[in-house]
Amino acid sequence: MVTIIAETSGNNLHPFTAQLVGAAGGDATVLCPGGVGVEQAAALTGVAKVISVEGDCFSSFDGGAWAAVLGAVATGRIYAASTPHGREIAARIGSAKNIPVVQDVTGIDGDSITRPIYSGKAVANLTVSGDCVLTLRPNIFEAAQEGGSAQVSTVNQSADVATSVREAIAKASERLDVSEADIIISGGRGMGNKENFAYLEEIADKIGAAVGASRAVVDEWGLPHSQQVGQTGKTVNPSLYFAVGISGAIQHLAGMRSSKYIVAINKDADAPIFGVADYGIVATWEEALPALSQALSEL
Amino acid sequence: MMTDIAVLLKQVPDTTAKIVVSDGRVDESAVNKWSISPYDEYALEAALEMGGAVTVITCGPDRAKKMLTDAAAVGASELLHVQVDDLTTLDSNQVASILAAAVAKTGLNVVFCGKQAADSNAGTIGPAVAEKMGAACVTMVSELSGDASEFLALRPSANGMERVAVSSPCVIAFDKTVNELRRPNVKGIMMAKRKTIEGLTPSDLGVDISESKVTLQSQSPPAEKPAGQKFEGADSVSIVVNKLREEAKVL
Repeated sequence: MVTIIAETSGNNLHPFTAQLVGAAGGDATVLCPGGVGVEQAAALTGVAKVISVEGDCFSSFDGGAWAAVLGAVATGRIYAASTPHGREIAARIGSAKNIPVVQDVTGIDGDSITRPIYSGKAVANLTVSGDCVLTLRPNIFEAAQEGGSAQVSTVNQSADVATSVREAIAKASERLDVSEADIIISGGRGMGNKENFAYLEEIADKIGAAVGASRAVVDEWGLPHSQQVGQTGKTVNPSLYFAVGISGAIQHLAGMRSSKYIVAINKDADAPIFGVADYGIVATWEEALPALSQALSEL
Repeated sequence: MMTDIAVLLKQVPDTTAKIVVSDGRVDESAVNKWSISPYDEYALEAALEMGGAVTVITCGPDRAKKMLTDAAAVGASELLHVQVDDLTTLDSNQVASILAAAVAKTGLNVVFCGKQAADSNAGTIGPAVAEKMGAACVTMVSELSGDASEFLALRPSANGMERVAVSSPCVIAFDKTVNELRRPNVKGIMMAKRKTIEGLTPSDLGVDISESKVTLQSQSPPAEKPAGQKFEGADSVSIVVNKLREEAKVL
């Protein structure tokens, strides 16, 4: 039996939760932190039980408090999403229960588990014995469909909250974050300068994509680190990743090679980025981006 | 008030090192350079900037001692090494137990570490050690001010960023910060060579490592991608966009 800690987004269940249910393969108990997404969870096929876990601690994120309350209800093997909150809660619950935690899992077959290591430069093949906490990499496991009607119960628990939010700082732009986006368009040193990222942003806005950047341009041109894709930035796996003017240093490849489809645009036909690209275009960005913008408008 | 801090460090292959898998294991002899895991370096820098005494703690094989000496060269005052010859034989709970016990031995209540290590990419240790300490934890911190009576930590939130107040006992797990990492000078390097490293074993700390609940069966190279399609010139952009829609079905 698998207990799932639901991933939520605002007042809704995050789509990752259906993937956790899909990976559990039936008879899952879903815990909804703060009572969010209870009805959506109950409607998923493969969910046997939904527990609305309520309490004062859910008004802001405190990993210790959330883990205490959710961990008190979670039993057996526990799944959470491999997101910052999911990982932190998983780490806490495993530690409190003295059971192992395996993060960012990409394959589960009974007790056999696979996960990428060295930012995707290798894979670890593991076996687990007994109860454990696993976080599952988003967009790898097939989502459970609607069609269930699980019973719902409620628990209300309190926990000590050791952190308090003093200041909220809104995002500078409304554009999606690279870790959330289904399409990413990233630029590297080949873009010439920071100002030319406006061309990437224009295309991103057209298709609802996030704008990413290589380490070189974050370090040298002062782009926000939150945009950095790669080993010391974010590891992403969107459906579609455009790499523009990025040569493909090993650190960058480590952060994006698991994207479903990769399009590389580079004027250097020998750039390593073409080695991981599904579609490579040998051209300057000055020529390719206007053509891309136009082709996307015509869709 | 100056805050004394314990910093958890992990030695990993330098991020520029090529990872070679042979006979089902990552070949360590092919690693040309071992370094402090990048996010741990930001944790160390943040601890040094607090101005108090910095104790660095690691768990790993003999080679990890050099990393402690490197940390001493930039200002760490106490060095603690827990001998584990192969970390891949331990599960996360065992490693967290070892590190939490080592922290308890120092008597320190404020722990800094990286948000995740560059080899395992897991990010379990910070919160897991906090849990065993009965401490608060804030992860992915890119800016920290204040002291142990109240730290203010900047972390990502659903709507952007937020500043979170937290006080000792606590674990702060760092993301990349804007702080420039200090480099050792000659005097620092010379002093570090004379520093003693306190050596411990898991059993010295009362941690049983005989039964890992996770067994590493093998390590393997990532699945090979089939060769892609390559086109010349900007005229091919519309062809590719068409393929993204018709073949890949991602647009």
